[in-house]
Amino acid sequence: MIQQEMMNIIKHQNIAKDIYELTLQGTLVQEMGEPGQFVHIRTNSGVDPLLRRPISIAHIDKQLNQCTLIYRAEGKGTKLLASHSVSSQVDVLGPLGNGFPIEEIQRGETALLVGGGIGVPPLFELAKQLNQNGVKTIHVLGFETAEKVFYEEEFAKLGETYITTVDGTMGTAGFVTNVIDEYQFDFHVLYSCGPIPMLKALEDRFKERKGYISLEQRMGCGIGACFACVCHLAEEPTGAAYVKVCSDGPVFPIGKVVLA
Amino acid sequence: MNRLQVELPGLSLKNPVMPASGCFGFGKEFSKLYDLNKLGAIMIKATTEEARYGNPTPRVAETPAGMLNAIGLQNPGLEGVLTNELPWLEQFDVPIIANVAGSETEDYVEVAKRISLAPNVKALELNISCPNVKKGGIAFGTIPEVAQELTKRVKEVSAVPVYVKLSPNVADIVGMAQAVEAGGADGITMINTLLGMRIDIKSGKPILANKSGGLSGPAIKPVAIRMIYEVSQKVNIPIIGMGGIESVDDIIEYYYAGASAVAIGTLNFTDPFICPRLIEELPGKLDELGVHHITELIGRSWK
Repeated sequence: MIQQEMMNIIKHQNIAKDIYELTLQGTLVQEMGEPGQFVHIRTNSGVDPLLRRPISIAHIDKQLNQCTLIYRAEGKGTKLLASHSVSSQVDVLGPLGNGFPIEEIQRGETALLVGGGIGVPPLFELAKQLNQNGVKTIHVLGFETAEKVFYEEEFAKLGETYITTVDGTMGTAGFVTNVIDEYQFDFHVLYSCGPIPMLKALEDRFKERKGYISLEQRMGCGIGACFACVCHLAEEPTGAAYVKVCSDGPVFPIGKVVLA
Repeated sequence: MNRLQVELPGLSLKNPVMPASGCFGFGKEFSKLYDLNKLGAIMIKATTEEARYGNPTPRVAETPAGMLNAIGLQNPGLEGVLTNELPWLEQFDVPIIANVAGSETEDYVEVAKRISLAPNVKALELNISCPNVKKGGIAFGTIPEVAQELTKRVKEVSAVPVYVKLSPNVADIVGMAQAVEAGGADGITMINTLLGMRIDIKSGKPILANKSGGLSGPAIKPVAIRMIYEVSQKVNIPIIGMGGIESVDDIIEYYYAGASAVAIGTLNFTDPFICPRLIEELPGKLDELGVHHITELIGRSWK
């Protein structure tokens, strides 16, 4: 169930250029389940900025009542969030949305996890849960440049991990698709989160395969009431049918929605 | 006696706080968070004759203490609202104010005629002020004669009282209010959003796919207060005030300006529990002000 809670900041640190890792504690964590859900955070107590910020959940620890979020401090709200210190509190609404279905893959099978930039964090909890289920995970993680890379070691502990950077300062030069095209991985299910061009490139290659992609969209409410984050359905690309990224997604089967 | 009870044409409100149209969908999402019976009323999302997908995304852009939206009246259409949304809302003891939109007079008339017959629809809110649709909408809200005629036509067919939602994007708000009153409106809701735009400094292009959108949130509250202050002194029909309400103090300010009830819009996105929270806080505020009943506050700034 969706809850609103003032959660305690347990840890808050800069882990790459403009990238912050924020660990929160509160009972809301007990409501978290599938990897790929997100929380909606109020970055300040006033009305400027006015809207909450949707941030994906990177790690869930129900025993400690803690969750870890990884976000990029880029706009006004996330920069304000970055200024919050340990032992202060933040107003969190969540968990929101539907995550990656992990029951779609069996023990002993292989999942290909492809992340781009700030789309990488939810894949970490996903990789953990899949590994716990006895699923082998291969990770292909794309970043802009070496100083923006994060969690490469954490992912490496869970499975084969390939890093790409656009400028070639770490790992393979180029995009995640360079690695994917080169290695031709053998996998059963694709899971991905990242920028639209990346998701499109994956959809072009794997339209016929079983796969799930997580979308980013500007959101208002985060709970499905404001209709800011709607997408057309692929089967009816100009019709009145729609899905909402926040409450029907953010994860959708590959090929279900129009990527625009 | 309930200190928050407010009687308006068609509406017997257990308290004067309701979510504004377009900020609450048809209630389903918020019903998972709290008991909708707590609300004074619900202004449901605009209904048009046919289902509408609305505008392309991005549909929202944040602004200082506010936001721009250009949703474009996305809704399941009259049939969908009558078949799915309104019957579902019948489980709550809350009057529904149905927001009616269209691009031609006939569209408004058709939607008003049929939606006003739904058992839980106790009033209509005529949307003549949506800035985000190409045809209709705001055109009806900027020319007094056109607004008056449309109000008259809708009044002729509606089974329930008709409130007209005014656009602030006019030079003479009092003239508009008087025109809809002359057209037979039972009440006024104000204000709708202000037209605005934001440009992305990276791309150099407007952020919203629709280019311009409607500004809402605390940033527009002073505009609404000024307009309600002026209109409430010149018309004899009640006003439901809206625009950036985030606290009980804001509600009091709207009452002082001349509103008889209030709607909360954008702040539902920031704090989804804001409506029940403010309803709970209101009696304490009345005590603080030494006022027994909330209606005593109406128009205090000019009386």
